[in-house]
Amino acid sequence: MSGHAEPETGPILASDGTPLKKRLARSLRMQKLRALALIAPLLIFVLVTFIAPIADMLFRSVENEIVSNTLPDTVAAVSDWDPKAQELPSEPVYQALYFDLFLAAEAKEHTKLGTRLNYEQVGISSLFRTSGRKLDDIGKVYEKWLIGLNPAWKSGEFWNELMRGAASAAPDTDLLAEQRARLTALTDDPMQQDIGFVPGSEIARILPLTAREYTANALFIAIDKNRDISKRGPWEAVYTALAVDLGDPEVQRAISGYQGPGSDELRAAAAAIDTAPPRDFTAAMIKVDKDWAKPENIQAIKIYSGKYTAGYYLNAIDMQKTLDGVSERPENQQIYMMLFGRTLFMSLLITFSCILLGYPVAWILANLPLRTSNLLMILVLLPFWTSLLVRTSAWKVMLQQQGVINDTLVWLGLLDDASRLIMINNQFGTIVAMTHILLPFMILPLYSVMQTIPPSYLRAAKSLGATNWTAFWRVYFPQSIPGIGAGSILVFILAIGYYITPEIVGGTTGTFISNRIAFHISSSLNWGLGAALGTILLAAVLALYWTYDKIVGIDNVKLGG
Amino acid sequence: MAQLTSVSRTSPAFYVSTTAAAGGIAGLLVGTAQGNSLIGLILGAAIMAVTAYAVTHFVPQERIARWAILGAMALAGILLGGVAGLVVGTAFGWFFGWFIYWLYESRYRKKIPPYLTPGQVLWHHGFRVICGLIFFFLIAPIVVVMPLSFNAEDFFTFTPEMLRFDPAGYSLKHYKDFFTSSDWQHSLWNSLSIAPAATLLSVSFGTLAAIGLSSEHVPFRRSIMAILISPMIVPLIISAAGMFFFYSRIGLQGTYFGVVLAHAALGIPFVIITVTATLVGFDRSLTRASANMGAGPIRTFFKVQMPLILPGVISGGLFAFITSFDEVVVVLFVGSAGQKTLPWQMFTGLREQISPTILAVATILVSISILLLTTIELLRRRSERLRGMSPG
Repeated sequence: MSGHAEPETGPILASDGTPLKKRLARSLRMQKLRALALIAPLLIFVLVTFIAPIADMLFRSVENEIVSNTLPDTVAAVSDWDPKAQELPSEPVYQALYFDLFLAAEAKEHTKLGTRLNYEQVGISSLFRTSGRKLDDIGKVYEKWLIGLNPAWKSGEFWNELMRGAASAAPDTDLLAEQRARLTALTDDPMQQDIGFVPGSEIARILPLTAREYTANALFIAIDKNRDISKRGPWEAVYTALAVDLGDPEVQRAISGYQGPGSDELRAAAAAIDTAPPRDFTAAMIKVDKDWAKPENIQAIKIYSGKYTAGYYLNAIDMQKTLDGVSERPENQQIYMMLFGRTLFMSLLITFSCILLGYPVAWILANLPLRTSNLLMILVLLPFWTSLLVRTSAWKVMLQQQGVINDTLVWLGLLDDASRLIMINNQFGTIVAMTHILLPFMILPLYSVMQTIPPSYLRAAKSLGATNWTAFWRVYFPQSIPGIGAGSILVFILAIGYYITPEIVGGTTGTFISNRIAFHISSSLNWGLGAALGTILLAAVLALYWTYDKIVGIDNVKLGG
Repeated sequence: MAQLTSVSRTSPAFYVSTTAAAGGIAGLLVGTAQGNSLIGLILGAAIMAVTAYAVTHFVPQERIARWAILGAMALAGILLGGVAGLVVGTAFGWFFGWFIYWLYESRYRKKIPPYLTPGQVLWHHGFRVICGLIFFFLIAPIVVVMPLSFNAEDFFTFTPEMLRFDPAGYSLKHYKDFFTSSDWQHSLWNSLSIAPAATLLSVSFGTLAAIGLSSEHVPFRRSIMAILISPMIVPLIISAAGMFFFYSRIGLQGTYFGVVLAHAALGIPFVIITVTATLVGFDRSLTRASANMGAGPIRTFFKVQMPLILPGVISGGLFAFITSFDEVVVVLFVGSAGQKTLPWQMFTGLREQISPTILAVATILVSISILLLTTIELLRRRSERLRGMSPG
């Protein structure tokens, strides 16, 4: 209220003395709140059970954390490699790759990444699988070398003391937390339990790589395998890390002044570093699998290293990411545009046959006396109300080679027993069955529009000299177009998302994009691609629905009552 | 409809030749089945031409003539093709008896305006035949399934025994299979435990929300409506994929509860639409009157509003029930083997091992949908009567 009101013409007051305007506004607000409170439970329910899943699907279609989660250091190391130079990446890339892959293989996560990258670079999945199997061999030589120098290197107890450092040394909790995060990202497990081990900060500074790998080892063994790290020697990657560390002159200098547990053994090993096997990870990885010598495999890691990717969408339209940007996939891998095209074409064909069959029926229903048309309406509503699977199985019964239609034709002698028609497991089967299933969705809106067209218009046109055809085409048909539009969009929206019927009667040539989505989700497990295909389909349907809303309005959705 | 055009009998040249043409087609069919099309065509045309001429000239009463034709054709049918022939013969006999007099007495002109040209008359009837064929297309697959479910063999088609109407060709074994097989019973039980729970959820939330939506001052009504209706618009495969991803994230995938939630979400639009439609005709002064007389909001809801919108709520519930009961795509993804529903079992049956038990289940489901259709129609009429409209 503005407060400018003059006292003598003051605002009208409600019974309790407040201005009426205020009271009205408050009561309106109360009504709004009450309405919202009534709607809220359902709205939250739908948001959680339905909208969140759709949002999750959108997220999955771009999400690509697996590469940077599984190979974090490789992704960092490969970032300044120029793949266009047609050279292999430098040694640090292969070294990072070895340590990343070793941990991933221990956690059995490397095959997942292999499968993921295989969508983009065919053959990479088997490369990851063989590497995971043979990776232990690389570290075995360093393990043998160290144990050969001093059997103490075999002892889990010795290692544990070495890495804890002197009792007085400060523990390096940062390193522990960092490795926890690395394992969490890799395994999707929170990894929060206390493991009774913290690396010493001094030794962690002197032997950075070794401390890192040992901590990861300790965490994984304690949490995933539920075993104490000090009971057994560490895994091969730790020996390898130590060999790498000892080869560094910096490290050798630092060791010479170190006083903590195991410092003598460390100094002895550093002194004997020349007898150690060479630390050449490029050669070692190529020995594990010669495919690591192919730059395109490292390229795939580099290209798909981002946390989010448009790769699934590109894949969904038969494109792929390459070094020079986006390009078409090889001819033999292009199927999605063809499938989208087929889905579109067949949905249009189904919509068209629904118009063709639905129009006469709607016309006769709208023009017959009410009693007769109500009776005939049952013939439309019964299929509408019958289970989709019943209708689909009915069409399977009808269309099979040993089915009712073929049998009837053979019995009538119109067809030779040997030359029965193939009407199922192809496009024909899908079109016939889906036309039948969707026909009521065309007839009902057409019927409700045609009911509103006065028959006198047609008679008027004829009495003015129009022929039957002109009267229909120029007078009746234009008025029935809203019905055709509504029915067509409804049928088309339903048709492009159909799954069950094409799956059962479509065979291989009559399937839709939705069958491919289902395939990716339940069989090939390429969820990202499934989600991307689904999102494209969803966008198409929403665009169509928006059109539908512009033409007929949401509120006019009829349920055939 | 009353007679529009006064008619007189047509000339023999017209009705005899038309009947002969129809007879020729029928003869062609019979002839082809017997092995000689040409003889069938000629004999059929000749016989029907003679019959048409004979009955109109020598038999005074139409009823006698039609029974005679029916009897003769049925007898010919038995001689040619046994019991199946009898059925075909009787059908032909009835048709030709009706057809000859329909043409002879000009009945085809009676109910249509007198000013139509012969071409237009032909089109008028031709159009009806086309519509009849489309209705046939709509209903035939569903009707064909029913007798096949009584097949004594494990075939998906009519056996010779069935065509001979031999009782040995029919049996209830597929129904017995349905009621005794643990797979089918398990899936039936699953469907019957999932659908009501999902229906209950969507009806209770949906009715409340519909009442909220129908009040005059709802902010963002269009957006809210769009969200609530969205499960009906989004293709099922996309809903299923999204739910699969999200529910497996939060541990609901493969659980009974997860399937119930998913199905409830799919049923909600139907409840919203039917209940809001009922509320359009609801007289708001009734709730005000009840409040005026001292009833609280809850009492008003249960004693005044609920009884009036009950038909809408029930039919919304039926829609939600049938959505859940008939749903297969979402349950395929969100459920696991433990939640295998009846449609899922049918789907696997159709895709993998084809067993006619599916047809028995289909027949049972068609009967259920006829039942539901009737119920909803009765409820709709009741609701319109309560609102003072005449049932349409």
